[in-house]
Amino acid sequence: MNNLVILPLLIPLLTGILLIFFRKQIKVQRYVTTLSLLLLLAVTALLTHQVSIEGPQTLNVGGWEPPFGIVLVADMFAMLLVMATVIVTFCCMLYAFRTVGEEREKHYFYMFVHFMIVGIMGSFLTGDLFNLFVFFEIMLLSSYILISLGGKKDQLRESLKYVLINIVSSMLFIVAIAYLYSITGTLNFADLSVKIAETGQDGLITTVAIFLMLVFAIKAALLMYFWLPGAYVVPPMAISAMFAALLTKVGIYAIFRTFTLIFYHEAVITHELIGWLGVATMILGGIGAVAYWDLRRILAYNVIIAVGFIMIGLAVFTETALAGSIYYLIHDMIVKALLFLLGGVMIGLTGTDQLREMSGMIRNHALLGWMFFLAAFALAGVPPLSGFIGKLLILDGAIDEGFYVMAAVGLITSLMVLYSVMKIFMNGFWGENQLSVEDEKMSTKGLLFPCAILAVLSIGLGVGVEWVNVYALQAAEVLNNPQVYIDAVLQN
Amino acid sequence: MEILMSVLVGILFTAGTYLVLAKSLLRIVLGTSILGHGALLLLLTMGGIKTGAPPLLGLESTTYTDPLPQALILTAIVINFGTLGVFLVIAYRSYQELGTDDMEELRGTEDE
Repeated sequence: MNNLVILPLLIPLLTGILLIFFRKQIKVQRYVTTLSLLLLLAVTALLTHQVSIEGPQTLNVGGWEPPFGIVLVADMFAMLLVMATVIVTFCCMLYAFRTVGEEREKHYFYMFVHFMIVGIMGSFLTGDLFNLFVFFEIMLLSSYILISLGGKKDQLRESLKYVLINIVSSMLFIVAIAYLYSITGTLNFADLSVKIAETGQDGLITTVAIFLMLVFAIKAALLMYFWLPGAYVVPPMAISAMFAALLTKVGIYAIFRTFTLIFYHEAVITHELIGWLGVATMILGGIGAVAYWDLRRILAYNVIIAVGFIMIGLAVFTETALAGSIYYLIHDMIVKALLFLLGGVMIGLTGTDQLREMSGMIRNHALLGWMFFLAAFALAGVPPLSGFIGKLLILDGAIDEGFYVMAAVGLITSLMVLYSVMKIFMNGFWGENQLSVEDEKMSTKGLLFPCAILAVLSIGLGVGVEWVNVYALQAAEVLNNPQVYIDAVLQN
Repeated sequence: MEILMSVLVGILFTAGTYLVLAKSLLRIVLGTSILGHGALLLLLTMGGIKTGAPPLLGLESTTYTDPLPQALILTAIVINFGTLGVFLVIAYRSYQELGTDDMEELRGTEDE
C-alpha cells in the first residue's frame, strides 16, 4: 500500500474542478495550470524513484483487497509513461498559453486538458480491466470536447467521425469485458493472469483476447487508423500535439499490458498477429506520410508509423525488444509533441499548412529550423538522438528471433519517415525567403521555449542512455516476467 | 432467461448497427445508444442472471447473486449517457453550422 499512487489522478482532478470557478480569470487559470503540472512532475518523480527502489507500488482503493476491490498499480512501465505524459503536457500548456486563444481559454480549455490527463494517468495506473474502460471514457469524453472546442466547420465534421468510432469501439470493449468476465469470473489484471495461467489459454480465451486487441487497436490506431489523420488535423496545434503524443499511446499501453501480463500463452497466434498488424500499419502510414504535401497530415501519418513500429517489439517478445519498445514509446511521446509544436510555429508564421506555399524560413528563424532538423533526425533514429537506441533494441531483438520481414519493413519505413520530415524541412526552411519579418502572421515569442525543453530531453534521452536504460530494463523485466506484477498486487 | 436475453441483445445489436450505417445524423446517434444498451445487457447476461438471494449478508441463504455485473453496468450506463449527451450536442452543433444532417454531404474536401 502506498498512498502516493493516487496523487497523479487526484492532483489534475482537483485542479480541473478548481478551474471551473475561474472561468473569466485567464491569468489565474494559467498560473494554476502551471503550478499543478509542476507539482505533478515532482510527485511522479518521487513515485518513480520509489518504484525503482522498492518494485511495483499498489494502492487498494477503499481498503478492499485486490481480486475484489479496485486496485491502482504503479510499476516502472506505467510510471515512465506517466512521467512522459506530465512533461509533454507541461510543454504543450506553455505553448497553449500563447497560441490557443482567449475564446477557448474562457470556455474551459484548461479544465478539459486536466480531465484528459486524469483519464490518461488512470489508464496507465489502473489494475483492472473495467477501470481501464472507465478511464478510457474519461479521456475520450475530454478529447471529444477538445477536438470540437471552437466549433469551426471542419472541427465539427471530424469530431463527429471521431466520436462515432470511439463510441462503437467502447461498446465493443464492454462486450469483450462481458465475455472475459463470464469465462474467468474476474477482471483484475493480476487475478486474470493467475486464473488463465492455471486453466490454460484455450481457443475461447484467445478469441476474446483478439477481440480485446481489436478494441485497443482502434484506440491505438494500429491498422484501424482511418479516423486519426482527420481528427488530429483540425484542432489547434497545442491540442494536436497533446493528442499525437498521448492518446494513441494509451491504446498501445493497454495492448502491452494485456498481452504481456494476461494473454501471453498463445504468442504464436496473438503476438504474431500483432506483429503483422504493425507491419501493415507501418507500410500504410509510410505511404500516407510520403504522399501528402500538407504539413499537418504528414505529421499525423508519422504518428501511425510509430505505432506500428512499437508493436514489432511486442511481437518479438524478448526482454531486449520489450525494453526497446518502452524506450521508443517514451522517445516517441517527446519527439512527436516537439514536431507538432514546431510544425504549429511554422503554420502560425506562414498562415498555411501547404508545404508548397512556404520556403526559406531559416533566414529569419534559425533556431526554429535547427530544432526541426534535430527533431526530424531524432524521429528517424539517427544515432546520438533519442530514437536510435529504441530502434536498435527492437531491430536487434527482431533479428535475433528471426523476424526478418518485420525488421526490414521497420528499416524501410524509417527511410520513409526521414524522407517525409526532410520534405517539410527542405520546403519550409530552404530556398528563397518569401516571408519578411513584417509579413509573419504571429511572433514566435515564448513559443520556442517549450520546444527547447523537449529538444533537450530528446538529446538527453539519446546521450544519457546509460542512465535511462536502467529504468527501461526494469520496466521490461516486469513485462517479461508477469510474476513480479502479480506478487506486487496479490501479496501485499 | 439467458437465452431470451441473448436474443434481445442480438436484436439490439442488429438494430443499432443498422441505424449507425444510416445516412441521417440523428439516426446514427440513436444507433450508438441502442448499441450501448445491447452491450450493457450482454454484460448483465454474461455476469449471470439472478441465481440466489440478493447479495446482502444476514439473509438466510446459501447462494447469493453476483453483485459485480450490476455495479459495472451502473458505471457503464452513466458513461453511456454522458457520451450520448456529448454526441447529441456535437451533432446538433454540426447541423447548425454545416446546415445538413446527411452524412453524404458531410464528407468535405481536401482544400477546405
